[in-house]
Amino acid sequence: MDYILECLSLTKKYSTVTALDKINLSIPKGKIIGLLGPNGSGKTTLIKLASGLLVPTAGEILVNNMKPCVATKKLVSYLPDNTYLRINLKVRDVLEYFNDFYADFNMDKAREMLKSLDIDEKRRLKELSKGGREKVQLILVMSREAKLYMLDEPIAGVDPAARDYILSTVVSNYSEGATVILSTHLLYDIEKFLDEFIIIKDGKIAMQSTVDEVREEHGKSLDLLFREVFKC
Amino acid sequence: MAWDFAADKPIYPQIVERIKQDIFRGHYKAGDKLPSVRELALEAAVNPNTMQRAFAHLEEEGFIETQRNSGRTVTTNQDVLDAGKKEMAEALTLEYLEKMKSMGSDAADAARLIEKLRKEI
Repeated sequence: MDYILECLSLTKKYSTVTALDKINLSIPKGKIIGLLGPNGSGKTTLIKLASGLLVPTAGEILVNNMKPCVATKKLVSYLPDNTYLRINLKVRDVLEYFNDFYADFNMDKAREMLKSLDIDEKRRLKELSKGGREKVQLILVMSREAKLYMLDEPIAGVDPAARDYILSTVVSNYSEGATVILSTHLLYDIEKFLDEFIIIKDGKIAMQSTVDEVREEHGKSLDLLFREVFKC
Repeated sequence: MAWDFAADKPIYPQIVERIKQDIFRGHYKAGDKLPSVRELALEAAVNPNTMQRAFAHLEEEGFIETQRNSGRTVTTNQDVLDAGKKEMAEALTLEYLEKMKSMGSDAADAARLIEKLRKEI
């Protein structure tokens, strides 16, 4: 089996806090994977390790069989959980910016998605709503022809009525054979787009399965199961 | 418009059922070309692999056929379509009768009720 992402006893500590504790994971190519877990469970840490923004304390993380490096950064398209674009820029400018920066950026695809989500290229980012800026960032990240997309809480600020449309647009446009890993709390909206999900709790893998297996076994959606398991 | 799915059941059998319904009511006719997996996944707002799995299931049951050059079509085997429609209708009717039973009404009550309401529609 060919894996796009592998974690071997992967551990990350921030001084005294253990964010990820000896995690073992193998993520195949061509899947959409949900990364779930309560706040502070280690989701963002895992995403940043895969994107090469953090270095493991112990163990290994492999992207396409390589340790994170310049070569893997070409394969990984990362959407952070906060914005990093200068909001004075116009949408058109950030398109150019991405086009310059990433050899695999597909301008036509980006323009097409912006159009279908009704975003005007001439607008400045600061003139868009929070949801609008999120859409732009998601489109930028998904318009790269990457092998692995790491999305940290996409579309959290997008109104529920638009989520279906955005997600299907994204899911039907991302490059063939690539894997998408996304962290989310919006299971109700997102679960039907997932091949598999991984639940992280206290830095360990608590559960790994598919949405239909959960529904088959428990007679309820992943959203409901998750709420029950993590009830306060 | 995204398709609606019940939360207490797996998604892929619900897709299978929905496509069968679309065939039975003539939205897709015998021999018609079906949209591609990607197109239909986009319309339904589901994972393309889940749609693929539903297609594979429908193909196994004989409702759709893969053509060498032109994608997938609805079967022209009328026996398969008739049997499938009968099976779905029976399952729905049984489910209804079970529910009637659970509120203390038997099949005869149900039949009388259907007869009465049928005239009012």
